[in-house]
Amino acid sequence: MKRFLVALLVLAALGAGGFWLLTSPGLQKAGLGPAPAGAANVENGRVAFYAGGCASCHATPNQDDRLRLGGGYALHSPFGTFYAPNLSPHPRDGIGGWTEAAFIRAMKAGVSPDGRHYYPAFPYTSYQRMTDTDARDLFAFIKTLAPVEGRAPDHDLPFPFNVRRGLGLWKLAFLDGETFRPDPAKSASLNRGAYLTQGLGHCAECHSGRTVFGNIAEDRRYAGGPNPEGKGWVPNITPHGTGLKEWTRGDIVEVLTSGLTPTGDSVGSTMTSVVKNTAELPEPDRAGIAEFLLSLPPKEGRKGPQ
Amino acid sequence: MKRMLLVGAALLIGASAVIAQSDPIAERRTIMKGVGAATRTGTQMVRGETAFDAAKAKEILRVYAAAADKTHTYFPETSKTGGETTASPKIWESQAEFRKRFDDWAKEIKAASAQTDTLDEFKVAFGNLTKACGACHQTYRISKS
Repeated sequence: MKRFLVALLVLAALGAGGFWLLTSPGLQKAGLGPAPAGAANVENGRVAFYAGGCASCHATPNQDDRLRLGGGYALHSPFGTFYAPNLSPHPRDGIGGWTEAAFIRAMKAGVSPDGRHYYPAFPYTSYQRMTDTDARDLFAFIKTLAPVEGRAPDHDLPFPFNVRRGLGLWKLAFLDGETFRPDPAKSASLNRGAYLTQGLGHCAECHSGRTVFGNIAEDRRYAGGPNPEGKGWVPNITPHGTGLKEWTRGDIVEVLTSGLTPTGDSVGSTMTSVVKNTAELPEPDRAGIAEFLLSLPPKEGRKGPQ
Repeated sequence: MKRMLLVGAALLIGASAVIAQSDPIAERRTIMKGVGAATRTGTQMVRGETAFDAAKAKEILRVYAAAADKTHTYFPETSKTGGETTASPKIWESQAEFRKRFDDWAKEIKAASAQTDTLDEFKVAFGNLTKACGACHQTYRISKS
């Protein structure tokens, strides 16, 4: 009996040790490369800011200044409620005290400066594709904004999702740490569109179906899925009959500029906020996104944009 | 006599309520589809896909003005669900706030009514007026299911 208990304890210790090792934030290698050379380009950082849709979650809710990044937006997900943190350059409550390296690592590896995992409600699963240069420039742009005092509430998550360390396992399985690599066989604008859609734009995060583990199901990537923030269905954005088949490049550029669809409808729900971001991009960037979406393999989805 | 008048008034009120509420979901969808069709015409002109036509531009604003005027009356308490509605419950949490969106839009449409003569004027007016679509849909329409 005693031997059995000892064995059990040893096993438990091994299990706990294994869990601890496997969930270490140090296992995510993204963002650990040498710092990008040269001085930061703030204007490029501004484009990255709008391409990344940072304001949609981090701008202080219920006010009009989208560059006031006090956080506090409540993101209601099937796993619980997340509150977007303060992203303003406030030295105590925001990211004013961060180093450039810490910021790049947060964006691409989902690890905080003090070495904790971020929840993937912060879409680093997509952001990991961005170049270190864009991440650096984005940081430089955010540093030019006004510091906002105050912190967002803590996330409201039930067990086991409140065990942050457990995210390490999820990240081992679903975070590959690969930066976007352009396809030399494709045009520059298609590559730019692919980069923006897959990386900063994180379009797939909402426009895809997910598995029971909460990762994107590859066969449903961009084919639409249930709204991760509540009721309804996010449309299929592949060029399938249930998606964007009838849309032209111009139609997609239009919806990303004014929010108006080819039928004269306007996009609603969270896409309204996305359009406020994409409307700030240079026109060729929206055209690139359109070109990339129309180049995707058509997949059947439940419903496309109207 | 007084009683007859009262009964008559009650009947009238009842009848108009029935007309407005016979199928409010279908009614408001028809209005919105009309707005969509007008917007489509406008987008095509603004994008240069069709030639600019001042009469069409005026007609678009007329459709908008009519929609701004009456759409809010097709959201009675009994029409929260059913049909193909994508109305958000938020509409009924603050009817006054919801109504105000349409009233504000009506004012903007009125202010823009002189800007339909040239394409350049219309571009500006159309761009401004259609901003209301997304702003309202963000809050008051749920994603299509």
